[in-house]
Amino acid sequence: MLKVSNLHAGIDGNEILQGIDLEIKPGEVHAIMGPNGSGKSTLSSVIAGREDYEVTQGHIDFEGEDLLDLEADERAHKGIFLSFQYPVEIPGVTVTNFLKTAINEMRKAQGLEAMAANVMLKKMREKMALLEMDKGFLSRSLNEGFSGGEKKRNEIFQMAMLEPKLAILDETDSGLDIDALRIVANGVNKLKTSKNAVLVITHYQRLLEYIVPDYVHVLHKGKIVKSGDKNLALELEEKGYDWLKEETTV
Amino acid sequence: MEALKDKLESSFIVFENDLNGHSKSHAHKVRQEAFKVFEEKGFPTKRDEEWKYTNLKPILKHDFRVLNKSENAVDFKDVKRFFISDIDSYKLVFVDGVFSSWLSETTHERFDVCTFSSMLHKYDEVTEQYFNKALPENDSLAAINTAFAREGAFIRIKKNQTADKPVQVLFLNTAHEYEVMNQPRNLIVIEENAEVTITERHQSLSGRDVFTNAATEVFVERNARLHYYKIQNDALNASLIDHTSICQKQGSQVHIGTFSFGNKFIRNNLNIFLEEEHTETFMDGITVVSDGQLVDHHTLADHKVPNGYSNEVYKGIYDGNAKGVFNGKVMVHPNAQKTNAFQQNNNILLTDKASIDTKPQLEIFADDVQCSHGCTIGQINEDALFYMRARGIPAKEAKALLLYAFASEGLRNVRIPELRKKLNRQIANKLSVDLDFEL
Repeated sequence: MLKVSNLHAGIDGNEILQGIDLEIKPGEVHAIMGPNGSGKSTLSSVIAGREDYEVTQGHIDFEGEDLLDLEADERAHKGIFLSFQYPVEIPGVTVTNFLKTAINEMRKAQGLEAMAANVMLKKMREKMALLEMDKGFLSRSLNEGFSGGEKKRNEIFQMAMLEPKLAILDETDSGLDIDALRIVANGVNKLKTSKNAVLVITHYQRLLEYIVPDYVHVLHKGKIVKSGDKNLALELEEKGYDWLKEETTV
Repeated sequence: MEALKDKLESSFIVFENDLNGHSKSHAHKVRQEAFKVFEEKGFPTKRDEEWKYTNLKPILKHDFRVLNKSENAVDFKDVKRFFISDIDSYKLVFVDGVFSSWLSETTHERFDVCTFSSMLHKYDEVTEQYFNKALPENDSLAAINTAFAREGAFIRIKKNQTADKPVQVLFLNTAHEYEVMNQPRNLIVIEENAEVTITERHQSLSGRDVFTNAATEVFVERNARLHYYKIQNDALNASLIDHTSICQKQGSQVHIGTFSFGNKFIRNNLNIFLEEEHTETFMDGITVVSDGQLVDHHTLADHKVPNGYSNEVYKGIYDGNAKGVFNGKVMVHPNAQKTNAFQQNNNILLTDKASIDTKPQLEIFADDVQCSHGCTIGQINEDALFYMRARGIPAKEAKALLLYAFASEGLRNVRIPELRKKLNRQIANKLSVDLDFEL
């Protein structure tokens, strides 16, 4: 599904990603872990198409298509979803309006007609129940005055509505208490099928207790220095990231 | 400039000769005094503090015909789009300065929705009580309007009456081979505990330049309520100077919205005089303009007495080389204790050629007051834009949605849903998107 090869990227002339290779197949859950500043968020931004970052080398293929040729919104239309570490507050745009616009733009790009209002409402209700969200949520301005937990729940709610093929969860666990974490993780797990994939980006192992990865990659100084199964995450939790630094400098 | 001044002077003589028996009236004395003000002061220049940021010269150099006597016929179907057409309303329509009974719907039954000229002829006491009592005396442009004041809307809602439907006031300028300057004059009186909703629009159908120098005086008596919306979306060869002065008596409420999308030049002088206590005033504005357009808002909330509340929110979006001016004056007189005045002016510049001069001007001479103001000038929030694009909303639509969200607070007091829809469409149109905003 996603194939990242020898990806080099940076911002303002600083190279942050220094040759990333990563392959994700349908049905898989991958986790990327790493200390602060290792390039985790840069990787998610580059895949999602943030223009501030410049790709200097390498490729990203998504279902056989060169992703780097596409704009951020076109990537979304292909089925890529980024759950933001810091969801942006947009006063004046309600959650409903935002989602309605997003879904219908997506459908337009796919040659489908706009979704009927009652169908959309029904779907919204269903997905909100899944994430144990209050109905009043829909008429609030997007992320404005939301608590950290509400913002993250809203991200997963959008994911549930947009049904992406590849969901990238960037530090979705940060700012969540344990109950919210469980609800969010439960939501992600319920949405998981054999056809879609999830890339979890996290500093801590905590989230991976709930969203169990098939593969864990350790990112350090812009490179994947180690890959393994879920046990690698446990090992990292135990030992911290310091041992990596030693290992990689040897 | 001198040319236009000369022309106004000679036109005034012609105008006086035209009045026949009415040149001795009270109204005409007021006109003559006003014309003297203009003769003495002339047109404002950039040396005037109130005109520091806006240059009037490019407009004044045009060869305007001041007394346009040839009115053209207008078919309803050609002007339907300038109305809020899907609502039941009273209508006052003027074509080339002349009242069109054909296009209008007036009433005298429980209140008056008719013309300024008939008011002058029929109600001497109204003329004496109200004519030129609200506009600033020393404003030479307002003085020109007063000097030539002859036609426009007269709306009087009598005590305890609520107008059963809104009043739409529309001034049309038809196609002429020459450039035209006109002086529409409105008088609105809302008596004690009465209420009315009014929309006002000036629209040119001419390929030549039109310069509208409009003036409106509004008297909102005790506990009366006014909802007043100005739709400024004229052709790009039209210029508008709007003088509106509103006097509020005790317990009255005013909501006024100014929506500026069109014209090459707009100057609004909106003055609110809070003359008695416990008044409420909301002034809202949305400006969305682009290449070759200038919009200048000068507002005044004049708190003369204690316990007044004024709340002002103006939003501006400037594209291309558009130019904006916002000068929001809040005057709190020494005895106007417990005044609560709020003012906010937020602007987005979409290009580095667009500009805005924004100046909150608070003059507070009382000590127990709450006054706050804020003005911002910014660009589109790139993080928000990326967030929306990452959800599949293309850049253009995302930008439009963000701008719409930014501006929409200015629609907070629009209480005619059809007007709100129309304004939504006009904003979408200005942002060149086809988005169903009203979701």
